[in-house]
This record gives sequence, C-alpha cells and structure tokens, in this order.
Amino acid sequence: MSPIAAPDMLNPGVEDVVADTERHQGVPPPQDQTMVINMGPQHPSTHGVLRLVLEIDGESVVSLAPDIGYLHTGIEKTCEAKFYQQVVPLTDRIDYLCPMTNNLAYCLAVEKLLGLEIPERAQYLRVLLNELTRIQSHLVWLGTHAMDIGALTVFLYCFREREDILRIFENVAGQRMMTSYFRIGGVSLEPPLDFYKQVQEFLNIMPDRIKQYENLLTGNPIWMGRLKGIGYLSAEDAIALGVTGPPLRASGVDWDLRRDMPYSGYEKFKFNVPVSNDGDVWARYVVRMDEMRESVKICQQALDGLPEGRIVADAPKIILPDREQMKTQMEALIHHFKIVTEGFGVPAGEVYQAVESPRGEMGYYVVSDGTAKPYRVHMRNPSYATLQALETMCKGRLLADVVAVIGSIDIVLGEIDR
Amino acid sequence: MDAVLNGTQAVFEAHADNAAVKALSGIATNAKFDRGEMTITVARENIVAAGEAVKQAGYTFLEDVTAVDWYPSEPRFQITYHILSMSLKARVRLVARLSEDDAVIDSIVGVWPSANFYEREVFDLFGVRFSGHPNLRRIMMPEDWQGHPLRKDYPVEGYR
Repeated sequence: MSPIAAPDMLNPGVEDVVADTERHQGVPPPQDQTMVINMGPQHPSTHGVLRLVLEIDGESVVSLAPDIGYLHTGIEKTCEAKFYQQVVPLTDRIDYLCPMTNNLAYCLAVEKLLGLEIPERAQYLRVLLNELTRIQSHLVWLGTHAMDIGALTVFLYCFREREDILRIFENVAGQRMMTSYFRIGGVSLEPPLDFYKQVQEFLNIMPDRIKQYENLLTGNPIWMGRLKGIGYLSAEDAIALGVTGPPLRASGVDWDLRRDMPYSGYEKFKFNVPVSNDGDVWARYVVRMDEMRESVKICQQALDGLPEGRIVADAPKIILPDREQMKTQMEALIHHFKIVTEGFGVPAGEVYQAVESPRGEMGYYVVSDGTAKPYRVHMRNPSYATLQALETMCKGRLLADVVAVIGSIDIVLGEIDR
Repeated sequence: MDAVLNGTQAVFEAHADNAAVKALSGIATNAKFDRGEMTITVARENIVAAGEAVKQAGYTFLEDVTAVDWYPSEPRFQITYHILSMSLKARVRLVARLSEDDAVIDSIVGVWPSANFYEREVFDLFGVRFSGHPNLRRIMMPEDWQGHPLRKDYPVEGYR
C-alpha cells in the first residue's frame, strides 16, 4: 500500500488530490513499490533501436538504464580491413541523418595524417553541404520530437523541407541519404550547374519556413507545458558527463567547435552560436531552432563566396585522376589502377579530428602504421555521451517526460553501436 | 606545419608554456608532438593522478577513452584519453601502455563521470579491465559473448 492514503474514488477529498499532485511533481517516491518496465527497443524519436530499462513508481522515474547494442555494425573492425578511401562510404552509415558530417570528420583526420592541402573551393563546398546537413538533421529532430509530443503537422512540414535538401544531395552526389560525396583530398564531383539555383531557392524559402514551425509550436500551451522545466541538465553535469552540441549549449556552455577550434575553413564565416541558460528541453528546442537560422546564414555566405578552382588537392598518388586524363595519359591510368587496387600509404602516426555535427562533437581518432589500411579507426560520437546523461535528466520526472527528453537530445543509435 | 618532436625532453623544452606539459612534468614517461597534437605517455599507476593534474590545469572535458591493440608487440594495449580544454582551446592526448597478461588500469570515473560508458566500451571490445569502475559490464555485446571483437587476433568475420 502506498503511504499516501488511497483516495475515495467516488468522493476524493482535497487532501487526497493535493497529495496525489505532489507525488507527480518530482517528490521522491517510496522505494518499496516500484516496477521495472522496458521502453523500446523501437521508438519513433530514437533513430535506431534503444531499450531503456526504467524503474518507475506510479508514473515517476526512479532509475533509468539504457541497454544498447542491437545494431552491431562492427564498423570499427571493418574499417581496419579496408583501404583508407574505402572507409568513406562506411562513415555514412554511422549516422544516416548527417552523412556529410561523418565524411568530413574522417576525411579531415586522414588529410591531417597525410598533410594534404585542400583547395578553397572544396572547403567551401564542404561547409555548404555540412550546413545543409545540419538543417536537414535538425528538421528530422524537430519533426519527430513534435510528433512525440503529439503535434503531427510539424512533422509533415519538416519533411517537406527535408525533401528539398535531399533533392540537392541527390543532384550533387547522386544519392539522397548515403551520399559519400567527400573524398580524401577534396570532394568527388563538381556540382551540376542547376545546383547553385537550387540551393539559392531553398535558402530563400527556409527562414519563412522556420517561422512557420515556430508559429505552430512556440506559443502553443501544450508544447510549452510539455517542454518547459523538463529534463534539466546543469552546465557542470553536462561537462562532467561529456555532453556536447546543442544540449551542452542549452545548458549555458558557450562552446562550438566551428567557432572555437575551426576546421575546413569555418574561420572565414560569420555566424552566432546560440546559447541558452535554462538547461531544459525547451532550451534545447530554442537553441536548435536558432542554429537552423545560423546555418542558413553560413550556407548563403558559402554560396556567395564560392571560389573558382579545383575541387581536389593536387596529389596524383592519392586522388583518382579525371576520366578525361585517364583516357589520354598512361600515367593517370597507372595512378588510377594503383589507388584502386593497392590504396595509398599514409605516414605512421595518430590524429584526432573533431567536427561539430548536428548532435555535438563528432571525433575521428585514426591511427596509421604506415600501410594503406588504417590500423585503428575510432569514432567518438556525440549521442553516446549524451545517452549517459539521460538518467540525470529524467530522474524524478514522469514517464511521459522521458519521451520529451529523448526527443530533445536527438539521439541516433547508429552512432552508438560499434 | 609544426615540427615533429619526439621524447619527453624535446617536447617539454619546446612547449614549456603548455598547460598540460606543466601539469605532467613530474609524471610523464614519454611525449610526442606531431601534426599539432600533444601526446603524453604516463605509467598506468599514474593515470588517475595524471587525469587530476590536467583537470586542474584547465583540461576539464574528457572527450573520449579508447584503446589500440598493438598485437603482437608488447606492451600490447594502448589506452588513449582525449581531453579538451575549453578555456585554452586545446587538446591533450594521454596514453598508457598495458601488457597483455596484466591488462588492468585504474578507472578514471572518479575524475570524469563520462568515462563510465567509454571504459565499459573498451572493456567489452578489447578485454581491458578498469579497476575501481562502478559497473564494469559488457555494453554492446551480449553478456555471454566469447572474446573481444576489436582485438587484432579476433577475425574480422568472427569465429565460425
């Protein structure tokens, strides 16, 4: 029996109602009547499979333990058996919402090992596509997060705009999701001529569309009630638990790798880093919405300032030659054959390269022993650390809040499994 | 590009102002400065002390813990810690080497709680144990799984 007197079902007294309400507002529940339930392994806001083992008392969460390890991609092991250039398509599969960001982190790491200089045009294209990826990923987050809370319209709106970005990807890379567009040393193809117009059209409509989502959500009392004050994470906890990206900035830590440790030419772009001090689900919502606006700004700058020139570095032993050259020059044919069949050697050493992915710090630790295959590739993925912080955010809250919190950390399980 | 430096003395002389170098001057057994990245090796008994020292020096954010298997050479395992300083905008890589028959190292969960999952991952995939870890269980593979998949002597396609 509960220590709180069972309310008279037909005629509940005021005290019973008050006691019951208090119990549902984070008062620590008694320990002797808890129940263990499993949430997952499938949930629309967890992209991939995740099981949460929840100990609940009534509807309050007493403890929460994530159980991961269903996908078993074996990706790090597979990388060790491939040539350096063959790993690029594998990195797409880590996180299907931001393939370009994964490509970039891996390519930058290998380029650092090789000491390759990347032409400015390739850098700008990489930045442009990375920011489009960020918008695209945030759109999926917003859509599924809103759907969890019960707002289905936003989901449809978000996927409409996401489709525009996927069409851009398809146009430039020939693929909608697993793009593999970046190469070690640059990007794979010169974008087609209608690409620029297509991106410009998208950038023209996007600010209005972000306003549309906000009109649907920001003033909505249900949305506010479900988000404000839920899933609190302090700045100290966020740093101690290794949380990065929007959840970290929503906890008041002003840290963004694009600005603070720039890579791939980000130092040439002007943008703000949205920060909030509230540390709750609402703050993460606000931070991501602002981030989308900033990404639109960066895309515009990259499109306007896109320099002429080569899209790959001048390194014939590493980069596949043009098709035209291969038909006319013996040397080019030999290089092509050697790269495809034998790969290229990378000087021994170890590097760690991190980029700001839509979910936070995505780092690639690549160890080379001097051969054509990476000795070890380790991916430091943001969702993995953020998942550790889930218990801190959910403890003492209601079961329904767990759904809101998972949505707010924007988890992708492909990142988490190895 | 910065020059490649090898050896404690060379690195510590060239980067005497570096906060991590100052903090670890008494503990480091080896150091390397390569491609703009600072790597400092410490003995495994000193890993917690090294972690606390760099944390004091401003490296407050543990990004990652992972391992490299140098099979068949000895010491076989290299445990790598990537630590970030947001105030200095710099990283340091701490490295500890472990031999195969005694693959145990102190857990740094007490210094950085985020190490909890990272160390479980290394334990699961490499079979390196972390003494003092609050919950050292497999995290990705099933509890009854045989072997540690990321070891170099574990076949890519698994045992059949």
